[in-house]
Amino acid sequence: MSAHADTHAHEDDHGHHHKETFVTKYIFSQDHKMIAKQYLVTGTIMGVIGVLMSIMFRMQIAWPEEPNVLFEALLGKWAPDGVMDADIYLALVTIHGTIMVFFVLTAGLSGTFSNLLIPLQIGARDMASGFLNMVSYWLFFLSSIIMVISLFVEAGPAAAGWTIYPPLSALPMAQGGSGMGMTLWLVSMAIFIASSLLGSLNYVVTVINLRTKGMSMTRLPLTIWAFFVTAIIGIISFPVLLSAALLLIMDRSFGTSFFLSDIFIQGEVLHYQGGSPVLFEHLFWFLGHPEVYIVILPAMGLVSEIMASNSRKPIFGYRAMIASILAIAFLSTIVWGHHMFISGMNPFLGSVFTFTTLLIAIPSAVKAFNWITTLWKGNLQMNPAMLFSIGFVSTFITGGLTGIILGDSALDINVHDTYFVVAHFHLVMGISALYGMFAGIYHWFPKMFGRMLNKNLGYIHFWLTAICAYGVFFPMHFIGMAGLPRRYYTNSNFPLFDDLANVNVIITIFAIIGGIVQILYLYNFFSSIFFGNKATQNPWKSTTLEWTTPVEHIHGNWPGEIPHVHRWAYDYSKPGHDVDFVPQNIPLKDGEEELQH
Amino acid sequence: MTALLTIIILVFISVAIWQMVKIFDLAQAKGENLEVATDKDNTINGYLMMGFLAFIYIITIVCFVKWGDLPLMSNSASEHGSTIDNLMIISMVIIFIVQVITQFLLHYFAFKYKGEKGKKALFFADNNKLEAIWTIIPVIVLAGLIIYGLSTWINIMGVDESDDPLVVELYAQQFNWKARYAGADNTLGKANVRLIDIDRANILGLDEADPNAQDDMITTELHLPVGKPVLFKMRSQDVLHSAYMPHFRAQMNCVPGMITQFGFTPTVTTADMRETPQMLEKVARINDIRVEKSKVLATKGEDALEPYEFDYLLLCNKICGKSHYNMQMKIVVETQEEYDAWIKEQKEFKNSLIN
Repeated sequence: MSAHADTHAHEDDHGHHHKETFVTKYIFSQDHKMIAKQYLVTGTIMGVIGVLMSIMFRMQIAWPEEPNVLFEALLGKWAPDGVMDADIYLALVTIHGTIMVFFVLTAGLSGTFSNLLIPLQIGARDMASGFLNMVSYWLFFLSSIIMVISLFVEAGPAAAGWTIYPPLSALPMAQGGSGMGMTLWLVSMAIFIASSLLGSLNYVVTVINLRTKGMSMTRLPLTIWAFFVTAIIGIISFPVLLSAALLLIMDRSFGTSFFLSDIFIQGEVLHYQGGSPVLFEHLFWFLGHPEVYIVILPAMGLVSEIMASNSRKPIFGYRAMIASILAIAFLSTIVWGHHMFISGMNPFLGSVFTFTTLLIAIPSAVKAFNWITTLWKGNLQMNPAMLFSIGFVSTFITGGLTGIILGDSALDINVHDTYFVVAHFHLVMGISALYGMFAGIYHWFPKMFGRMLNKNLGYIHFWLTAICAYGVFFPMHFIGMAGLPRRYYTNSNFPLFDDLANVNVIITIFAIIGGIVQILYLYNFFSSIFFGNKATQNPWKSTTLEWTTPVEHIHGNWPGEIPHVHRWAYDYSKPGHDVDFVPQNIPLKDGEEELQH
Repeated sequence: MTALLTIIILVFISVAIWQMVKIFDLAQAKGENLEVATDKDNTINGYLMMGFLAFIYIITIVCFVKWGDLPLMSNSASEHGSTIDNLMIISMVIIFIVQVITQFLLHYFAFKYKGEKGKKALFFADNNKLEAIWTIIPVIVLAGLIIYGLSTWINIMGVDESDDPLVVELYAQQFNWKARYAGADNTLGKANVRLIDIDRANILGLDEADPNAQDDMITTELHLPVGKPVLFKMRSQDVLHSAYMPHFRAQMNCVPGMITQFGFTPTVTTADMRETPQMLEKVARINDIRVEKSKVLATKGEDALEPYEFDYLLLCNKICGKSHYNMQMKIVVETQEEYDAWIKEQKEFKNSLIN
């Protein structure tokens, strides 16, 4: 609570906060709300690139080696006569994964909403360090630019899969993309990690120190809990990826042998000796697995908040939700080996990782049941944000359940690296996190831009996206179970898989439609920024503090004193009140008990 | 042609979306609309939730009926394969039940409790009993799965040397496979990629001084005698590869700088597998597709596709570069006599060197 005095001390400063130039307001802004919008727009642009790539490689899979105008227009020399080259296919798959996981679902999702909501929901004037926050965004921007530039290098962008396992990623002679393209990939990711660490430190410090009076940890909205824990996981695991990237850079450029040993390629023996690619796999997945929780936890937080608000009911099992976030965060750091059951690591280690991995199903199940119970006997307001939240729970369950198969080392033997895996993780962390992000955007758009998104476009966007998501990823489980490996440029060399070709066509058609539907969303998003209906101060009748700030953004968030908090964030439909929501800053009535579990 | 088709589909979809937006806009009363859901929106979307539940169920049924002759759940060709298949079926049944129930509850509640003006939600914040139930049930189910799964895993991965397995090396390189048989001594000679001497045809880097290496045989097809345990030792000379043998429920990465291993016992010969009803049906279906494709090719003046005959395959299943998608080796499972006859024809290492 000592931090509280600081916040008060700051208030005078903000009283005479003054003119900002265009540059300080829109470009090098230190205001968390503007930085959030910058993250969102950058993430959206990267998302468009990532999705476009996926549509291109899906077309190649469905209609292999056939000329395609889209390829001819977008891929240039990589698609002679409109036929996609095998190298660029792998590059598209690689960069699609990298962009979607890191640039869209980490920076675009967590960056946007942590920045927007942490100060607003805990009752702070801004982040602990506005300057570091600005630096964090611009590092992210820089890394995005470098990643995009890497698409245009002579020998092609990185193409070793988003996991960039050496030796493939380490040796330019193994693959064109492992030359300049991979160098830029590594540089971009190193900068990205720096950005992510600065952001995460800021979030943690802000949540710990800058909560307003009365905002105890057990009164925090679940969004903040999710962002807080996500930031901690990021701080623990991202440095390990940085070390892996640095060691890989050394192997590539300075002749060290951390990950390489005994290699004979293109007629010559290389000097590397004593390293092990398995070491890289350990380092990569020590981040890589927590990373999927870095992606999904913020989405879970957003969905919990939106579901409670739109159900007009408290989130069911608030404390169990916090406990499950903490349990997931803890377990997420000791399960990475389930990506490596058949990597050649000791089978006993595989047993241990099977055990810890399947444990994660328990807190995940608790969360899913709590969301479903939150809907029970609610008064559900079917806003687009609510639809995406329900969609989130649906895809999270569908995708999560197959994790029971993949986490089981014995079963993983035969479905490892097949389309079954692709279907699993796209549903459970790709589509789910994307739904969480969309839900967040529909819900907090009025807070970000002072205008509303068009709800009818939102409905169409949701329903078509929902159908396409299942249309793409549900059948994909079955071609995976038939043994079709992922990352194959074409399956036509295997007559064994000929009867799966029509499934791939169906999947691709759904993917194309799903991609086009997003244009609708982009139109809604950008036109509503300028022409949307004006928002009221609290359009969804929510209890949290961000809705007590004025619609027009001001630096410092609240014009007067920061509101004090008297209750938890979920007093919806509480008996004894006339309205069905009681904001956190309303004091308890005489004799009212703060129900808080 | 495909491009044209794609463009036509795109145009149709755009038109459809535009029409839908117009319909929704017309249906919407002008006024103090704040883009917040009205009762009408709640009702429409509530019903759509039930529709979507039906969609999930239908797509599940369609997938199982159309593509559910899962080669990975039946028809395994190795001794341990059926234990994996059993575990897979048990897991799938559990998943299926949980999926059907939870999706029903989620979508049904979304429909049943769709909002109405004046209705008040139940203030129901917590219930320890419920939380305990849905913590303990998953714990029990998962405990069962973990115990079953781990015992299966340990059985598969534990190599029993007393079985006197046939030792075979699988050797991976961009972009093909080689197999190395240990010969009469059943011991693979020492090898390292540093010893590769292309000019002398020492392509796998065998140690020429090692007596165990002399009778080793390098082949481009993998032949296995039925019913005999085989222990694979995997090596890679350049990048990571993965030796994936789906019909045998077997897979292991090939890692440069180290030797990995995987053992199994093939139980069905290639000839017998071809005669199983599932395989006859699958091959017939694939050949129908190939005949259709050949007709299209014929109109372009290209050669027709050869009819497909089933063979076991070894595939590369770890991204390894440009031709990753075509890195395969034929596996033949045959009777001991057939195997003996085949192995006799293979050249021993000492005789294959060029001096």
